[in-house]
Amino acid sequence: MSVVTNTTTIGAIEAPSRRNTELFMLAFAVAIPVFAYLNVGLALDGKVPAGMAGYGLGLGLLAGVAHLVVRKFAPYSDPLLLPLATLLNGLGLVLIWRLDQSPRLIQRAKYLFGGFSPDAPKQLLYSALGVALFAAVLILLKDHRILQRYTYISMAAGLALLILPMFFPAVNGAKIWVSIAGFTIQPGEFAKIVIAVFFSGYLMVKRDALALASRRFLGLYLPRGRDLGPILAIWGLSILILVFETDLGTSLLFFGLFVVMLYVATERTSWIVFGLLMSIGGAVGVASFEPHVQSRVTAWLDPFSCYKTDATGACQQIGDSLISFGSGGTLGTGLGQGNSDLIGFAANADFILTTVGEELGLAGTMAFLMIYALIVERGVRTALAARDPFGKLLAIGLSGAFAIQVFVVAGGVMGLIPLTGMTMPFVAYGGSSVLANWALIGILIRISDTARRPAPAPAPSSDAEMTQVVRP
Amino acid sequence: MNKPLRHIAIFCGLLMLALLIRENWLGYVRADELSSHEYNRRVLIERYASERGNIIVDGKPITGSVKTDSTDFVYKRTYADGPMWAPVTGYASQAFGATQIENIEDGVLTGTDDRLFFDNTLGMFTGKEKKGGNVVTTLNGAAQKAAFEGLGDKKGAVAAIDPQTGKILALASTPSYDPSKFAGNSDKDTKAWVALDKKNQPDDPMLNRALRETYPPGSTFKVLTAAAGLEHGVIKDVDAKTDSPLPWIMPGTTTPLPNENNIPCKDVSLREALRMSCNSVFGKLGVDVGKDKMLETAKNFGFNEEQFVPVRANASIFPEDINQSQTALSSIGQFDTRATPLQMAMLAAAVANDGKLMKPYMIDRLETPGVDVLEKTEPEEQSRPLSQEHAQMLQSIMETVVEKGTGTKAQIPGVTVGGKTGTAQHGENNSKNPYAWFISYAKTDKGSPVAVAVVVEDSGANRDDISGGGLAAPIAKAVMQAVVDKK
Repeated sequence: MSVVTNTTTIGAIEAPSRRNTELFMLAFAVAIPVFAYLNVGLALDGKVPAGMAGYGLGLGLLAGVAHLVVRKFAPYSDPLLLPLATLLNGLGLVLIWRLDQSPRLIQRAKYLFGGFSPDAPKQLLYSALGVALFAAVLILLKDHRILQRYTYISMAAGLALLILPMFFPAVNGAKIWVSIAGFTIQPGEFAKIVIAVFFSGYLMVKRDALALASRRFLGLYLPRGRDLGPILAIWGLSILILVFETDLGTSLLFFGLFVVMLYVATERTSWIVFGLLMSIGGAVGVASFEPHVQSRVTAWLDPFSCYKTDATGACQQIGDSLISFGSGGTLGTGLGQGNSDLIGFAANADFILTTVGEELGLAGTMAFLMIYALIVERGVRTALAARDPFGKLLAIGLSGAFAIQVFVVAGGVMGLIPLTGMTMPFVAYGGSSVLANWALIGILIRISDTARRPAPAPAPSSDAEMTQVVRP
Repeated sequence: MNKPLRHIAIFCGLLMLALLIRENWLGYVRADELSSHEYNRRVLIERYASERGNIIVDGKPITGSVKTDSTDFVYKRTYADGPMWAPVTGYASQAFGATQIENIEDGVLTGTDDRLFFDNTLGMFTGKEKKGGNVVTTLNGAAQKAAFEGLGDKKGAVAAIDPQTGKILALASTPSYDPSKFAGNSDKDTKAWVALDKKNQPDDPMLNRALRETYPPGSTFKVLTAAAGLEHGVIKDVDAKTDSPLPWIMPGTTTPLPNENNIPCKDVSLREALRMSCNSVFGKLGVDVGKDKMLETAKNFGFNEEQFVPVRANASIFPEDINQSQTALSSIGQFDTRATPLQMAMLAAAVANDGKLMKPYMIDRLETPGVDVLEKTEPEEQSRPLSQEHAQMLQSIMETVVEKGTGTKAQIPGVTVGGKTGTAQHGENNSKNPYAWFISYAKTDKGSPVAVAVVVEDSGANRDDISGGGLAAPIAKAVMQAVVDKK
């Protein structure tokens, strides 16, 4: 068994597939949300909720299908990623269903939009579509290295996805949505994956140039001027996103993703230093003239300052959110018994973590954060285990993006950093988010399957992979 | 490539660690502060989530709760006779917070008080709906009614105390307001609230004049000066002639201290001086006692510190650091001397209770919803500003005032009444209408059941009519009568 625990060992021949572990964990990942569902029903109506069997079967079915697909198409993949994602998705559904029954939110929706429709059924549909996308990724993508062929197509697609929202009207001050034929899509969620593919492909080719052609100055490796081009371009792009879409979160996510991958590809600490300086400079610079970003920063610095001056404004959100976390205390009020719906705006999307904070308390929130941390950990482990640089870069890119997103959203909601318009992966309401994150997990599972698959022949050296580079 | 990967793993770990630490900061370290934060609507929601306990007078609630159709606040406070009881209850408004008893005993009334934990936990099992506990007051409904109706549409306040226990029997303030008008959080409530604001109402109906307004006490303060004279040995016998020249020039000045209407105050006894309300005699007495000893006696009666009944009453003032002429003026209740109606009732009560000042209080006990007693206030001696002998001497001369002096309108057949009128000048050059004061106590064979202080500030009244004897004494009489009849 000692061979198995060391997943970095490339020649782990005869590694157990771990599919039964996954199935066992999946049973928990379905049982816990069902129990939570029951808990909400009992707290709100005092009786076992009518939809419980349907919900349990639905979630069980999704998990079962996903498991069978993994068993068939990625038998050696990481056994924890799927249960963790299922658990988060299932708990997210329960939280959304709980908020659907909030009289305050129903009243608010009727007042603002003239009607109310529950979000949980829609989210269940999105989850089904997400699992379908997950299955499609595993079935169609036989080897993640195929993605390498699409490096520059990915770049074009990523840019398009990022730029697209600029041409659509702002929603709540941020331009991160695209609405087509009644559907609203958050392209940033998908761009995250596509851009990670592009960075992996690009950096795999350029890493030597970026890493070696540099001068040493004050203990730092300074890159050549012309090698600075790409990072400057990406920096410029993220600044443009910040200016034109006024979305600090997306901007931070892409720049952070790039810096992380650049560092991994080149092993040069100087990139981190540069990245930090540039992102701080950019953020401060933009905040000095962009009122939307400014108001977010002001609200972050003093969350309770605006209650007196602007009692109805959006700047109260962060103060309300902090109060919600504090009111939960250590163990929380219990599901269905809190008042996190007082936030009103995006209670089941951007601010869904406040419901966790208030109703499940410090303990529940820590558990949620640990689940996210575990997903990131499995992703990083996959990157360590991957045998090819492209796979390593892609895995670390995807898990890094996931970690940064969780940090940006949770940190924003908890007042650690200024608030941004992003969603908690898997938990928050929203089709784009659920679909994109299931696809992300699908790709990570694919990479981990390739990484842990018993080598058919003596392990090739990693340089051998380099010969496969696709001509641009 | 694995070395930087491990560094990134550490970086991601740090991001998660930062979140965990932040969550502990919010959910544990700052939990108490945030869960009771002034902007935390949950505090209000909790306050109105269950039927609020009642404030009780004479065994009957003077408050109530009605169910509303609001999503946030299930119950709303109602008040029976709101304007009459407002100086006692304060208000509990969904939109504008709570004051006085509603605020001080909020824990018991909402049922969140720790002492109600057992009841609440029991209720969870028996399925009984959570309800707040009750606050039983010491007030006397008949006395309160007499006070409130006596003041009528005049501006003023009444405070009545049971001298033997310190129980507050009446606490009226006019003009008043109806706290049920803004108990909710609708636009109508906001309008009512704004209409009551001091900016829109120069008479400030939300001001609790009985506890929070200090007036120059005028001649009623002479009772305290007499007490100081007796206690500090300046006066040995209330019927002996005093050395009181007329006119009496205030020391350090060339101004005589004038009396009203050329009354014959030369060398009169203390009894006669109080009966006729001689400024010259009491001004000189104050100077003879000295400012420090005057201050000492005033403090013994409760001056110069806030009183908590347990609602806060403003501190009444006897000025410190004054010269002799200022001492003279202060001793007749002018200059910077100021007193709340409650303080003046305490003065009368201490005299009536043979020199023993009982600490005034208005909450008799706190009860659970099932009327078990949570906490009972026991009568407590606050101080002993007068010896029994001196107190009885003072009673004797105060009774003369009512019998054949300025306070005859307070006489009650079959009951011994002692009192003192007052007409306090105020405004620049005494230009404004003076305040009419009357402090008194009633005495039966079982000791004194009530002491009362009345102040009427009415700018609309005829200036000549404003005298303690004319305006205030009948109100005091009605209050005392109500208490005596009930006994």
